[in-house]
Amino acid sequence: MTLPIYVQGAWFLGAALFIVGLKGMSSPASARKGIVIAGYGMLVAIAATFLIPGLQNIALMALALALGGSAAWISGQKVKMTDMPQMVAIYNGMGGGAAAAIAAIEFAKGDAHSLATTVLAVIGALIGAVSFTGSCVAWAKLQGVLKKAYRLPAQNAVNIVLALIAIALGGAMVAMAPAQPALIFGFFAVALLLGLIVTLPIGGADMPVVISLFNAFTGLAVGFEGYVLGNPALIIAGIVVGAAGTLLTQLMAKAMNRPISNILFTPMVASGPGEAISGSMKELSALDAAAMMRYASKVIIVPGYGMAVAHAQHKVWEMTSMLEEAGVEVKFAIHPVAGRMPGHMNVLLAEAGVPYDKIFDLEEINGEFGQADVALVIGANDVVNPTARTDKASPIYGMPILDADKAQNVIVIKRGKGTGYSGVENALFYTDNCRMLYGDAQPMAGEIIQHLKAMG
Amino acid sequence: MDGLLALYIFMLAAFTGYEIIAKVPVILHTPLMSGSNFIHGVVVVGAMLMLGQADTPAQQAIGFFAVALGAANAAGGYVVTERMLAMFKKKEA
Repeated sequence: MTLPIYVQGAWFLGAALFIVGLKGMSSPASARKGIVIAGYGMLVAIAATFLIPGLQNIALMALALALGGSAAWISGQKVKMTDMPQMVAIYNGMGGGAAAAIAAIEFAKGDAHSLATTVLAVIGALIGAVSFTGSCVAWAKLQGVLKKAYRLPAQNAVNIVLALIAIALGGAMVAMAPAQPALIFGFFAVALLLGLIVTLPIGGADMPVVISLFNAFTGLAVGFEGYVLGNPALIIAGIVVGAAGTLLTQLMAKAMNRPISNILFTPMVASGPGEAISGSMKELSALDAAAMMRYASKVIIVPGYGMAVAHAQHKVWEMTSMLEEAGVEVKFAIHPVAGRMPGHMNVLLAEAGVPYDKIFDLEEINGEFGQADVALVIGANDVVNPTARTDKASPIYGMPILDADKAQNVIVIKRGKGTGYSGVENALFYTDNCRMLYGDAQPMAGEIIQHLKAMG
Repeated sequence: MDGLLALYIFMLAAFTGYEIIAKVPVILHTPLMSGSNFIHGVVVVGAMLMLGQADTPAQQAIGFFAVALGAANAAGGYVVTERMLAMFKKKEA
């Protein structure tokens, strides 16, 4: 179908605004403006689509837009900052689902297509469907709906066989185009199942990388379906996101020292007790913790997801301000995967009002732990586990960690004696210079503040 | 669409995506993932095109589903990204 020039022009404008917007989002100063620009691009592209002559089902279309759009808009407004990663996952999954559904209609219509179109439609459908169910599982895991990793016996073999079946069915669809409904149905069933089975055994700690990977997948799926539809705006937006998402995934995987193939095929599992850890955990009181930090000259705070869940950021920032008034130098050390995704913890600290210049990433701060009197670990666990440096048998071996153990004293605020997200025992808690402060991060920070006030 | 022309678009778009992200500070990784998530929400346009050509009840149902999902991707992606980036804004002084 030939489209009116104003529709094509509007889509072109939309694609241009997406790229300008994404570029804006790549620097903190212009990031807010970037998303707004991209938002206008989206409005222009959607509005122009309504103007295409001869479209049927306009009322259904408007209803679907209103339903899907408003449900997501409201849930997006309500979600807490700590729950952001799973929301990104679920919205992304929906995009993948939409791309797969587009392909499904293409196949159902069975119009005559070129070979290239059919091949790309099948590939787009496959990765879109995998992204859809995979992202749903990722959401369920981070949301706590699915509590544990479900690992099949011979998981890798099952993954590979399922993937091969999906590819074979896809190949059959290309060879036998237009495909029979039973074949189409079987193809989608296997593709959806594949996303489910591949993602189920992946542990929570690896989930950010997986979400990012599915984000790239959806982008590619959208780009391929854009080709099938002959829509350059979809191609450009999809492929730009596919490429950007792939790079982002690599950056994240590198930050965790976990190659993507490892994440997908050998998920992190607590492999028995591992190396025996000697020593015992030693408790201390909030009063002692307050005194140690008040009379220190340098304190480094290592915040983790536990702090965010306890909503302790504001209290921790209040405590930091008091220490600084007392002449203590305080810095925040952020592990690349602190929180649930790279940069997530920065968002959470920014929300609490902590200025940028107090926040340091791993490379910047690791050398400074040696000169710190106190390292205060709040709700973080795996990212300060020295086992990652020493124990080759440990599932987290090789992951870069914050060297909190090199500080004169380490104080760990922690809810209980349990292990971290990876399920690995933390050797740091058993070292001689480490003291445990058991309790929820928020009331604990509150208690420390009270004691600091009393000390003046 | 001309297959070879599409191939050029694929290539240039891939380079563009790569270049834009290559020099991004870690603090923006999460908002950027979210922002790129929003951008592929443009799939809603494709879904609208398909629903606009659907002529059996089954196709209409799948098309409706596709538009609703695409709209959720776009709307949700936008809100979440905007909320995160709004917090970065004030700290730039």
